[in-house]
Amino acid sequence: MKYVRTVWLHLSKDLRLEWRSRDAIIAMLSFTLLIAVVFALAFDPTGQPTTARAVSGGLLWMGLLFAATTALNGSWDRERRNQVLDAQRMTPAAPSALFLGKAIANFLFVAAVEVILGPVFFLFFNLHVLGDAKWLAAILPLGTWALVVNGTFLAVLSLRTRNRAMMLPMVLFPVAIPALLAMVQATTAVLTGEFEPQLWIRVLFGYDVIFTTISILLFEAVLNAE
Amino acid sequence: MTTSTSTIAAETTGVSKLFGNFAALRQVTCSFAAGGLHVLLGENGAGKSTLVRVFAGLSGIDAGTVHVLGKSPRESQGRVAYMSHAPMLYEEMTAMENLQYFAALYSNGKDCGCSGSPEMALRSVGLDPHLTRPVSLYSQGMRQRVSLARVLMADPELLLLDEPFSNMDMDGARQMLDLLLDFRTWPSPGGARTIILTTHQAELVLPVADSVLRLHRGKVVSEAAA
Repeated sequence: MKYVRTVWLHLSKDLRLEWRSRDAIIAMLSFTLLIAVVFALAFDPTGQPTTARAVSGGLLWMGLLFAATTALNGSWDRERRNQVLDAQRMTPAAPSALFLGKAIANFLFVAAVEVILGPVFFLFFNLHVLGDAKWLAAILPLGTWALVVNGTFLAVLSLRTRNRAMMLPMVLFPVAIPALLAMVQATTAVLTGEFEPQLWIRVLFGYDVIFTTISILLFEAVLNAE
Repeated sequence: MTTSTSTIAAETTGVSKLFGNFAALRQVTCSFAAGGLHVLLGENGAGKSTLVRVFAGLSGIDAGTVHVLGKSPRESQGRVAYMSHAPMLYEEMTAMENLQYFAALYSNGKDCGCSGSPEMALRSVGLDPHLTRPVSLYSQGMRQRVSLARVLMADPELLLLDEPFSNMDMDGARQMLDLLLDFRTWPSPGGARTIILTTHQAELVLPVADSVLRLHRGKVVSEAAA
């Protein structure tokens, strides 16, 4: 319970800070909406509904990956500024609770963007779900968690590098490839109804479990690395 | 200097610290008696801040041994507090919110071992706990006071201060010094309370210091009782 309370302490602090600045959500939302508009103009999805269904899963997740990366890059900025991270390191609280609180906060920020972006994407791409839409309720949170758990962890890793803005995508994108493949395939399966998404959802779930465990176990070492 | 472990708050033996090719500390051997106010002096780049960060457990070492309160710096976490010239506070939160957050982290889900509440800590440094504006709108001196309140609230046995008077006028610095002297008289479960601080304002601190350690280019050039 002590650990859960500490996670909640970090999470509520991040939610409060984001509520006051709205930096991450506004940046992500503007970025993803722009991507949706540009892709819609480039592909003319209304004229080719079959193609639109086949590619929109990939476009949606690519947009979210790029947007999440911009937000994740800045997710530790508040801790880096004024050496707040050092003050946190001096406390006896579990370092992994700091990571989990931050990751859950980032998850909620990206999820909030998805809630707004989802309907816009369906509208712009004139999408009609031909598969079982209920699976989206599993694919979206699992896919989002896959992006943010690695992104939050690797953003700490790149904190002490000079070219942070470039470093995160350079490290995150290769690591995210299996998850990206699973989430795009699962989403496309639901949108087209041509195959079942369960296998890819299982892959995504396994990926989340493995990378969440690794991140929690390694976070303290990464945080204290010089 | 030969003293039993229980009377020594912090000590190093042959400690070296490298940043790339630059040696910030070279074979530093020193010890600081428990219950004293110890001052580290030296020019910029002499290694004062690095030595304080080593005691805080925020910087690792490349050679030698470090003991803080009879243990390794990491094992002493929670009994040591560190204040740097950066405020180590979240700028978007008020002073009270910052202190409540850190008080919860120090209590780590247990009954708080803090000697005072965040409100008491803020009053002790001469600030109004009901100020509603965020820390970003405080003057440098006010931020420094909040930062001091943060470390005093942690009820540490060893207080490490890196340039605590750097952003303060002379009156403010004297008030802070009086508060530090008062802090040493607070009852402590671990026995004596010790302060190690770095400063360029030697004339302010030397009259009340118990010992002075001078560093030059990462080496100890003199260690003496004041």
